[in-house]
Amino acid sequence: MSWLSPQVMAIVIAVAQAVIILLAAVLLGAIMTVVERRLLGLWQDRYGPNRVGPFGSLQVVADMIKIFFKEDWIPPFADRTLFVLAPAIAMASLLLSFMIIPITPGWGIADLHIGLLFFFAMAGINVYAVLFGGWASGNKYALIGAMRASAQTLSYEVFMGLALMGVVAIAGSFNMRDIVAAQEGLWFIVPQFFGFCTFLIAGIAVTHRHPFDQPEAEQELADGYHIEYSSMKFGMFFIGEYVGMVLVSALIVTLFFGGWQGPWLPPILWFSLKTGAFLVFFVLLRASLPRPRYDRVMSFGWRVCLPLTLINLLVTGGVILLSSPQ
Amino acid sequence: MTVVTPPGGLSNEAAKATDRYREPVLEALRERFDTLNLVEQSTLTGMPILWIPRESLTEVLVFLRELPDPFSLLYDLSAVDERLRSHRNGLPDADFTVFYHLLSVTRNRDVMLKVPLTEADLKLPTCIAVFSNANWYEREVWDMFGIEFSGHPHLTRLLMPPTWTGHPLRKDYPARATEFDPYTLTVAGQEHEQQALKFDPEAWGMKRERSGNEFMFLNLGPNHPSAHGAFRLILQLDGEEIVDCVPDIGYHHRGAEKMAERQSWHSFIPYTDRIDYTGGVMNNLPYVLAVEKLAGIRVPPRVEVIRVMMAEMFRITSHLLFLGTYLQDLGAMTPVFFTFSDRQRAYKVIEGITGFRMHPAWYRIGGVMQDLPSGWQGLVQEFLDWMPKRLREYERAMMHNAIVRERTRHIAAFNTREALAWGVTGPNLRATGCDFDLRKKRPYSGYDQFDFEVPLAANGDVFDRGQIRIEEMRQSLRIIQQCVNTMPTGDYKADHPLTTPPPRERMLQHIETLITHFLQVSWGPVLKPNESVQMIEATKGINSYYLTSDGNTMSYRTRIRTPSFPHLQQIPSLMRGGFVPDLIAHLGSIDFVMADVDR
Repeated sequence: MSWLSPQVMAIVIAVAQAVIILLAAVLLGAIMTVVERRLLGLWQDRYGPNRVGPFGSLQVVADMIKIFFKEDWIPPFADRTLFVLAPAIAMASLLLSFMIIPITPGWGIADLHIGLLFFFAMAGINVYAVLFGGWASGNKYALIGAMRASAQTLSYEVFMGLALMGVVAIAGSFNMRDIVAAQEGLWFIVPQFFGFCTFLIAGIAVTHRHPFDQPEAEQELADGYHIEYSSMKFGMFFIGEYVGMVLVSALIVTLFFGGWQGPWLPPILWFSLKTGAFLVFFVLLRASLPRPRYDRVMSFGWRVCLPLTLINLLVTGGVILLSSPQ
Repeated sequence: MTVVTPPGGLSNEAAKATDRYREPVLEALRERFDTLNLVEQSTLTGMPILWIPRESLTEVLVFLRELPDPFSLLYDLSAVDERLRSHRNGLPDADFTVFYHLLSVTRNRDVMLKVPLTEADLKLPTCIAVFSNANWYEREVWDMFGIEFSGHPHLTRLLMPPTWTGHPLRKDYPARATEFDPYTLTVAGQEHEQQALKFDPEAWGMKRERSGNEFMFLNLGPNHPSAHGAFRLILQLDGEEIVDCVPDIGYHHRGAEKMAERQSWHSFIPYTDRIDYTGGVMNNLPYVLAVEKLAGIRVPPRVEVIRVMMAEMFRITSHLLFLGTYLQDLGAMTPVFFTFSDRQRAYKVIEGITGFRMHPAWYRIGGVMQDLPSGWQGLVQEFLDWMPKRLREYERAMMHNAIVRERTRHIAAFNTREALAWGVTGPNLRATGCDFDLRKKRPYSGYDQFDFEVPLAANGDVFDRGQIRIEEMRQSLRIIQQCVNTMPTGDYKADHPLTTPPPRERMLQHIETLITHFLQVSWGPVLKPNESVQMIEATKGINSYYLTSDGNTMSYRTRIRTPSFPHLQQIPSLMRGGFVPDLIAHLGSIDFVMADVDR
């Protein structure tokens, strides 16, 4: 058994961890579709799906079976290559971002020095999914949705990055584990409150969650950029949205709420609890808010959020300079 | 001026009604147009009806609109095929008659102009220049009767498909499917139909581009989540800005007016429920009131109060549906579930009393179907106690919400003058500050006995149209409470030979009552030749039935004027220069259902 050297073992463990995290992320995304419906039901004075399995827990299986067996239709007027590529990009870019998230001290896929930048890169690529999907569908509603999505994501990504620079400045690193470690005494939500607010807003906008679901805006665009998608291609967009929601929740927890840190309970439980709380918050937002008008969303981003992040960054920088020993 | 009365002379009531309307507008018309032979027709409509020659139509319309206290609302415009009418009795010769029903809000008076036309020369000048909302009405008349309006900018089919042949409301057009050849649709035929529905911007005088930028023509509907039914709107877009738009209706047309001409007076009642399908028995009310005018029935006070109570219940269910979908169109997904569960509570009451939920068809000629069940007070009171706190909650959670306000304030706003020019009525008119509620202005079915207020707003925007309906629900609750407190005792049907169906208790007394009952039920009641109109303040605006009886068991012509029709016609004038989300907000705030538009 000489080939079973410590290096090989480490590789096997890392791969196993990666596979588990990947499956967990996808599964969590899928389960969130049902959890969201149940929660919405709770808040909307109705039941939600409660027929399949105990408390509707197997609804996700039923949905999966349905979506796999639907006709996978590609419209004859669509641009085939891009049409097929788009959902793959949507899913892949979001799943890849999970790589940088340190779940517990021992769990995590990659410990990149530029962890945070990697996430920004992936979020940037994710725009292409929507843009390609909307363009390739050959549908006017999809096109308007894609236009809205790209404009919105670009605007909000500008200050999404800036919102996190305060965190990076305090932690002195782009590495996610360093950032979690830097929150040992005080979670960054306190010194970086405005950074947290703006990142939360940008996170919702980038994942196209209500009230920033302009690209989909059912009442206006009848489903926006994925209007022509069916079967698993639609499923990838659909699950992708929930995976994005899980990702943003996990990021918020890691960057502002001390990641896995917490007393008494094991780290994995702390991480899940905090992430779960944000997932529920996302659903609650959807249940309670109307949708602002698209141009207001844009001007809110540029006129309120961007200046706020810049001021936050300036103040953070100033405080760091003043309090540093030199 | 000649006065024409229906055969058999006028009943006392009709004479009274005519006297009441022998009024300044007639004097003024007589003075101004003394050279014309204006024929005045006495009817049970309660308004002066003048027959005028086609040549002076435009002049008379302009005159009426320019009067001090003008007739500024073209309330209705339609036609009658007179060719099979036997009791014309001295009316000017006509194969077809086009009628113009004008309304003056300041005078609170109506006047109807009728223009006789011969079959060989079915032509009229258009009056779009005088009343902008004549546009669709004239298209409908062309569509249904084949009467041409010279000078009309776009005289095409409105309710029927563009490929249709024939004019359905003509008397020689069959009313039943069995009178036609079986329907077939080939692949080529389907292709032909689809091509006919394709939008052609040039036909509407639209440009395809502006300074090198191509416009997008977006087909919104007839299947669209916010179209509130089978409604199609074609948008000319520059980015997300609406340059122009064209509403396309008729996808929900069922030929209700044609059906009225082959149903007995009694058996048409269930069809009225489905005109404004969210209004339930509210739709029965104008119809049975108009029939009762023709029959000369006075209903007992208990019937009036029961009718008011149920009509107001349906105003609440309709407004709840409105509120939920209005907020849903603004992107708030939750309120609709709450308003629907409230509606459920209202339907519990309605079902308990009428035995049916959405379309009870519960009013009868001369009464209602049954007396109130025992224990009805408790049922209604439970609902009355439940609603106020919910309405407060909706106001606090939604109408005070910053996003809702930002989406609705000063969006798609219009003033009273514009509203009247487009024929807007009901809450949408009152949102502009115009105090015109028929329940107060022309009380019917005993509304003058109730103590309630007419909510008004000032801006006439999307927000006001939502807020005013919440306030109307409160007033409806107030009216229903008074019904519960003061429900008179007495009969639920009028003691009149034309009450349909006649009280069953009296049916088996002797042969005479049995035969009357048999005839009433099998043939239906026969109403004397005359005409009557009843306008009511329905859930969405003013709804009226204009009935023409030719002394038969069926109506000779039933004109159903619905509020939603002009409300949709107004959309382009409001939305030019707006954004797509504003259009959706406006569509939500109009409160229309397509069944009410297309009939």
